[in-house]
Amino acid sequence: MADNGVNRGRRRFLVGATTVVGAVGAVGVAVPFVASWQPSARARAAGAPVRADISLLEPGQRITVEWRGRPVWVISRTEEMIERTENSDPGRFSDPDSERPQQPAYITGPLRSSRPEIGVLIGICTHLGCSPLYRPEPDAVDMDDWPGGFFCPCHGSYFDLAGRVFRNVPAPTNLEVPPYRFEGDEIIVGEDEETT
Amino acid sequence: MKKQLFALLFALVPMAALAAPAPDVPHSMTPDLNDEASLQRGMQLYVNYCMGCHALEYQRFARAANDFGMPQDLVEENLIFSSELAFNDQMRIAMSQEDGESWFGAAAPELSLHGRLRGPDWIYSYLLGFYKDPSRPTGVNNNVYEQVAMPNVLEPLQGVQEMVCAESDRPIEGAELDPLSGKYQSCEVLQVTQPGKMEPDEFEEAVYDLTNFLAYVGEPSKLQAQALGPKVLIFIFIFGVIAYLLKREYWRDVH
Amino acid sequence: MGNPNRVKAESGIMRWVDDRFPATQFWQDHMAKYYAPKNFNFWYFFGSLALLVLINQILTGVWLTMSYNPSGEGAFASLEYIMRDVEYGWLIRYMHTTGASAFFVVIYLHMFRGLLYGSYKAPRELVWIFGMTIYLLLMAEAFMGYLLPWGQMSYWGAQVIISLFAAIPVIGPDLAQWIRGDFLISGITLNRFFALHVVALPIVILGLVVLHLIALHEVGSNNPDGIEIKDKKDETGKPLDGIPFHPYYTVKDLVGVAVFLFVFCVVLFYFPEGGGYFIERPNFEPANPLVTPDHIAPVWYFTPFYAILRAITFDLFGLEAQFLGVVFMGAAIAVLFVLPWLDRSPVRSMRYKGWMSKVMLALFAVSFVILGVLGALPATSLRTAVAQLCTLIYFAFFLLMPLYTKMENTKPVPERVTG
Repeated sequence: MADNGVNRGRRRFLVGATTVVGAVGAVGVAVPFVASWQPSARARAAGAPVRADISLLEPGQRITVEWRGRPVWVISRTEEMIERTENSDPGRFSDPDSERPQQPAYITGPLRSSRPEIGVLIGICTHLGCSPLYRPEPDAVDMDDWPGGFFCPCHGSYFDLAGRVFRNVPAPTNLEVPPYRFEGDEIIVGEDEETT
Repeated sequence: MKKQLFALLFALVPMAALAAPAPDVPHSMTPDLNDEASLQRGMQLYVNYCMGCHALEYQRFARAANDFGMPQDLVEENLIFSSELAFNDQMRIAMSQEDGESWFGAAAPELSLHGRLRGPDWIYSYLLGFYKDPSRPTGVNNNVYEQVAMPNVLEPLQGVQEMVCAESDRPIEGAELDPLSGKYQSCEVLQVTQPGKMEPDEFEEAVYDLTNFLAYVGEPSKLQAQALGPKVLIFIFIFGVIAYLLKREYWRDVH
Repeated sequence: MGNPNRVKAESGIMRWVDDRFPATQFWQDHMAKYYAPKNFNFWYFFGSLALLVLINQILTGVWLTMSYNPSGEGAFASLEYIMRDVEYGWLIRYMHTTGASAFFVVIYLHMFRGLLYGSYKAPRELVWIFGMTIYLLLMAEAFMGYLLPWGQMSYWGAQVIISLFAAIPVIGPDLAQWIRGDFLISGITLNRFFALHVVALPIVILGLVVLHLIALHEVGSNNPDGIEIKDKKDETGKPLDGIPFHPYYTVKDLVGVAVFLFVFCVVLFYFPEGGGYFIERPNFEPANPLVTPDHIAPVWYFTPFYAILRAITFDLFGLEAQFLGVVFMGAAIAVLFVLPWLDRSPVRSMRYKGWMSKVMLALFAVSFVILGVLGALPATSLRTAVAQLCTLIYFAFFLLMPLYTKMENTKPVPERVTG
């Protein structure tokens, strides 16, 4: 086993080639194991879009539908509620223009909805996951000039009727807006608006 | 090298000797899971003629739609009849076990795995094997499954088939070959005596499609296996070649 | 710190580690300075392949438990859930089922190598006994694993095997009931088999694999010539016919791994049912305690012993045939453990043994294969007669070994390894 006659270059090349191909193989083997942790077809079927009839939803009322195990609020906003929300001073909110990705791309503006009169929000506080309480009337909470919105009793976070988070509360971001679209009298939560 | 080959053969012989015997049925068919049109027709036949009683507990509409290249709205309009079922759901049925037992004397089995349990040859032969038998409560019997409880639901398509004495080009079990005509003479030949909506050839095609569909349902992952298999084998082959060169290089040292 | 003679890295991070943990010493003892005979042939691939399959079984097994439901109501459906709904679940499951059969293919060839070259003879008796214990536990592991899909063959296969215990006189029926934990095989049985299959037995098997390797590396590997390479060393103390395991056998085994994986993947992707012998057809129907399948056959790797069991159709020494069959089956496995003391030959390798040993080994191998085939087929009187003959040969190979290995003339053993 003397070193004479050993082609070191060739040897190094082959060791490198085997290592690289072997590493690619190891990654390939890992793929099914990693991918199998993705939601299964059963989980995806259970997390499919949900439909709700909103034709009987009175102005000012709220219904809750369950989507992927989370409460989704559908709020019918009155003219007055819309006005109060739009006229709020943006300086009171952390992210008044919804710049952080807490909503689908087609949800813009202070009302954070595709129809002004219908607000759709995931009812989970962005702080630690409690479900905030609905406080639509002015003066319903202990805050000056309350425009109506949501109050989280767990750690005292405030959101307006568009789900925008107020400054100086524990919650860091606005309430999440799920993907949704309308079809006749129904709202479909979990499916994106058709882009035509 | 010779010795190694011998050893390998030695290892493989018992496997070959154990190869499963073919089931003893009159017809055979080879499923073609890449024939999307056939699978689509098969699924359509299934939901129209079979799904009244037989559920496919493990087969999702969405999976079949994806594998057969069918868009969701078409499937929802043409293949999902129950308002209880959604696109992502399994192909379940409303009939309860008890109803099945009281109507047919036996609960209609769930068929997801029938393609693997019985094999496609059996299903194909069974579906072609119904014949008129007034002594049975359903009016039919089957030459693959004696005393079958299931009625011949495909009769509107097939017509009425009867067991008659006739000649056949195909070998029939227990039939004698007539040396003059070169045909098989038997009194167990199945023949359509009252035509249905389909010609016999057309009907065999339809049954092929239906069986093909059930073969698919038995193991939908087969499509994925067929897609992934060649890639993996080519990769291992390349790895093997490189590993062999590496081995040869190092073993130059060993005298 | 520790043994002052321990080999340590000169400097750097490995030195830091070596001062606290014998990493470099371990690597040298078992890889870089473990001298293996240079004349290993085809038969020597199967040890490392067995390790590879073991790792495959553990990995895929862990992943299967993530989606499997070990209950009488949910087990069968959860298998189909894995096969259809879980991403790549089908692949992971087929890796496990194909791996189970591959494990036995590899282990049987590995054991045959031992018989061929006398790898069980002194000083390697413990290597053999640890190996045989692994084999025995592997059979238990496979048997319990086969119940988990909760199909008809799972159920009735387990029924037959557990009934074997019921054949033991006096305590039998109570023992079988204790194993089942119920009056029939039920979800209770399934639960305990699941616990043993995924936790208890794998731990013990892993421990035994470590013992098997420690014992092997203590005495050194045998070789096709059956001579001790440690007897002839150069001036530095290295065996003249030995080469370091790493890199020479690591790169060689890599080629074996590639060939094995190719065959393995052909089965995995195109014949996962193994022609009905890896996954049997009745297992596509959920377990039903009221209906027995037409033909019950154990999975192929158990069939030789099953054939021996069925071959005993007569009463002997006042024992009933049913119990006697169990005794013979047990003895067929037990006799393997004492093999090192049955072989009285002065040489190890079949290359230098006499014609009687060669004939007996060939007869034994053929009988074992025939028994395997017969065990998978329904019994007929002719087949039973053949199985009885093969059973006779099986036991004759072992029990007559002290005689024929002593009687026969052996060839002279070379000083150094050949080819």
